[in-house]
Amino acid sequence: MANKIPRVPVREQDPAIRATNFEEVCYGYNEQEAVLEASRCLHCKNPRCVAACPVNIRIPDFIAALHAGKMQEAADIIAEDSSLPSICGRVCPQETQCEGSCILGIKGEPVAIGKLERFVGDWKIANGTTPVVTPRNGHRVAVVGSGPAGLACASDLARMGYEVKIFEALHRAGGVLVYGIPEFRLPKERIVAQEIAAVEKLGVEIETDVIVGRTVTVDSLLDEEGFEAVFIGSGAGLPRFMGIAGENYNGVVSANEFLTRANLMHAYDNNYDTPIYVGRRVVVVGGGNVAMDAVRTARRLGAEATIVYRRSENELPARAEEVHHAKEEGICFRMLTNPVEVLADDKGWVRGVRCIEMELGEPDASGRRSPVEKAGSEFDIECDVVIMALGTSPNPLIASTTAGLETNRRGCLVADEQGTTTRAGVFAGGDAVTGAATVILAMGAGRTAAKAIDAYIKNK
Amino acid sequence: MYPILEKRSLAEGIWLMKILAPRVAHAALPGQFVIVRTDEHGERIPLTVSDYDREQGSVTIVTQAIGASTRKICALEAGDALADFAGPLGHPSEFVKMDPEELHNRRYLFIAGGVGTAPVYPQVKWLHEQGVKADVIIGAKNRNMLIYTDEMRAVADNLYIATDDGSEGFKGLVTQLLEQLIAEGKHYDEVVAIGPMIMMKFVALTTKKYALKTTVSLNALMVDGTGMCGACRVTVGGKTRFTCVEGPEFDAHEVDFDEAMRRQGMYRSQEQRAAAIEAERAAGHVCKIGLDK
Repeated sequence: MANKIPRVPVREQDPAIRATNFEEVCYGYNEQEAVLEASRCLHCKNPRCVAACPVNIRIPDFIAALHAGKMQEAADIIAEDSSLPSICGRVCPQETQCEGSCILGIKGEPVAIGKLERFVGDWKIANGTTPVVTPRNGHRVAVVGSGPAGLACASDLARMGYEVKIFEALHRAGGVLVYGIPEFRLPKERIVAQEIAAVEKLGVEIETDVIVGRTVTVDSLLDEEGFEAVFIGSGAGLPRFMGIAGENYNGVVSANEFLTRANLMHAYDNNYDTPIYVGRRVVVVGGGNVAMDAVRTARRLGAEATIVYRRSENELPARAEEVHHAKEEGICFRMLTNPVEVLADDKGWVRGVRCIEMELGEPDASGRRSPVEKAGSEFDIECDVVIMALGTSPNPLIASTTAGLETNRRGCLVADEQGTTTRAGVFAGGDAVTGAATVILAMGAGRTAAKAIDAYIKNK
Repeated sequence: MYPILEKRSLAEGIWLMKILAPRVAHAALPGQFVIVRTDEHGERIPLTVSDYDREQGSVTIVTQAIGASTRKICALEAGDALADFAGPLGHPSEFVKMDPEELHNRRYLFIAGGVGTAPVYPQVKWLHEQGVKADVIIGAKNRNMLIYTDEMRAVADNLYIATDDGSEGFKGLVTQLLEQLIAEGKHYDEVVAIGPMIMMKFVALTTKKYALKTTVSLNALMVDGTGMCGACRVTVGGKTRFTCVEGPEFDAHEVDFDEAMRRQGMYRSQEQRAAAIEAERAAGHVCKIGLDK
């Protein structure tokens, strides 16, 4: 019988202190707390959480094992469907997936599935047994990009016996996990590097500093380097800007640039050479997870930081936990506000942003009520830096250098549900196909494509 | 790691390095650049390719020690290695893809300024190998700061030199020499200018008077160099373009040089601060008020 207790609270760093450092916000459960929280699961016959998980982790089963104290078993159950539990436990939008469909959530609080997954993942990093390397089957597959899609695809293929090599454009593996998501939300050495090391232990090789489309091409991988198939998980692409006046003034940066400087290049640490500019006041435009990451990074670098978002708080696409954490850290939220022009001093440095008030009109194609400008409501917000967190548009590099690889109207690679592209032997998944989405969806796409690649090579 | 095979001084503060990077050497073409990182703590620095040897698997870069990071590169010796050497990035020069017939009828003038002379070399060399004639102007402060003159003479049809103080060649600016060549009746179909932003700006202004097609290679700030960060945005023909994936070469008459120059200075004060802290540290000073934090 399930234990009818309230959801076990999770320990977090004090907001006033954490707003000045880059250490992890959430401490996660200890074993005692995790076992207690696990006791809340009803073990539904028809578990809605499993259906709501993009990779269908057997959630009640791993929770049962965890409750029984069988941590290795819990880790093995998750590993059947996910190779990155410590990462997903931290960054998945659980409230719209597993936890959002938990029966307990109807009248009370859902089981803290994300925190339990995180506990099992972290336990595995500290105590887990080394996986057995599957004997090689003599077939080689190339994977483009070492983000969530690429890592998931590569580890599944390695488990099937394929010889897999990942090509990464940057100097460090992990994709968005290292350049995008900040240290305070996803520790790089303690978690990301460990989960990547676990993928390498399966026999996956990672070569950094290789830009597919420039250093090598999909064709050269297939024709010259002896790979039988290629999976493209190259990620989201080029940052979008608003197209308003003043966007190229000094002090306007994309969230991608700001976060890459802080995360990948460690600009907040004086032992590293890369500079970062925050000024005294920062305005971040956007309402997604990337906007929250940027605004909270700016806060930690000492700035007064504000989110400007054109819809209302109900429409914020960011994870609920991130918005909550941001507010606790003293981030100012200006909803129903949209920039119309970036203002600068006579030297071309940002001094503020002119905004207009918005109101919600009719629902648009996405079902969200679309924001409409209130005429004559312009006002200025003074600031030194404006960070644009407006999403991305696809990087044309691979599509433009690979014959027969089609893109859709938005420039994303065309791939079916199995990840099969318009070019034989070439598969794709993650943000490169869908446009910017989540870590877990990319991982799911990588895993699906791994199955399709296996079928393709076996039937060749 | 990418070993430094060879290092030699070209002029005061300007160093040539040959780097073992077979994948980059195999793929590189004139006009492209690489991203270099010296060590775990280093910046990702974009540098234009100065030469490549596919057989040896080496790529040549020329660096002028001007900031903290370029000084770090120049402090390395043959036998040391760079942590990262990624590329080639950006589009190759336009003429690489041009129809050979059409190319043979074109007359190019390259204008190289200072350390920008190095990336001009592979372009002129490539054209020379295709049997296309090209003239070159090299500009420098004085004769001691001239680089690549012998190499360039071997591949250029005519080589002209301009120095600010007249210590070698024409006394004056490259733009004055350019106007003189045009006045003498030289005909060019295209000018390619690579050098300091201010030089490229004035070359563009000069050639615009003659409606002479001009291409420049922009050395914008970058982080990743693959299109991800947008630090390298530049306004070309009224539109925002990314230098890394859409350039680095653009139509000079369309580039907003004033904006590009201002954007290059985005991190100058931080760099100066970093350099000051580094100098203090080197002098044995320990900051007690946390300025180095």
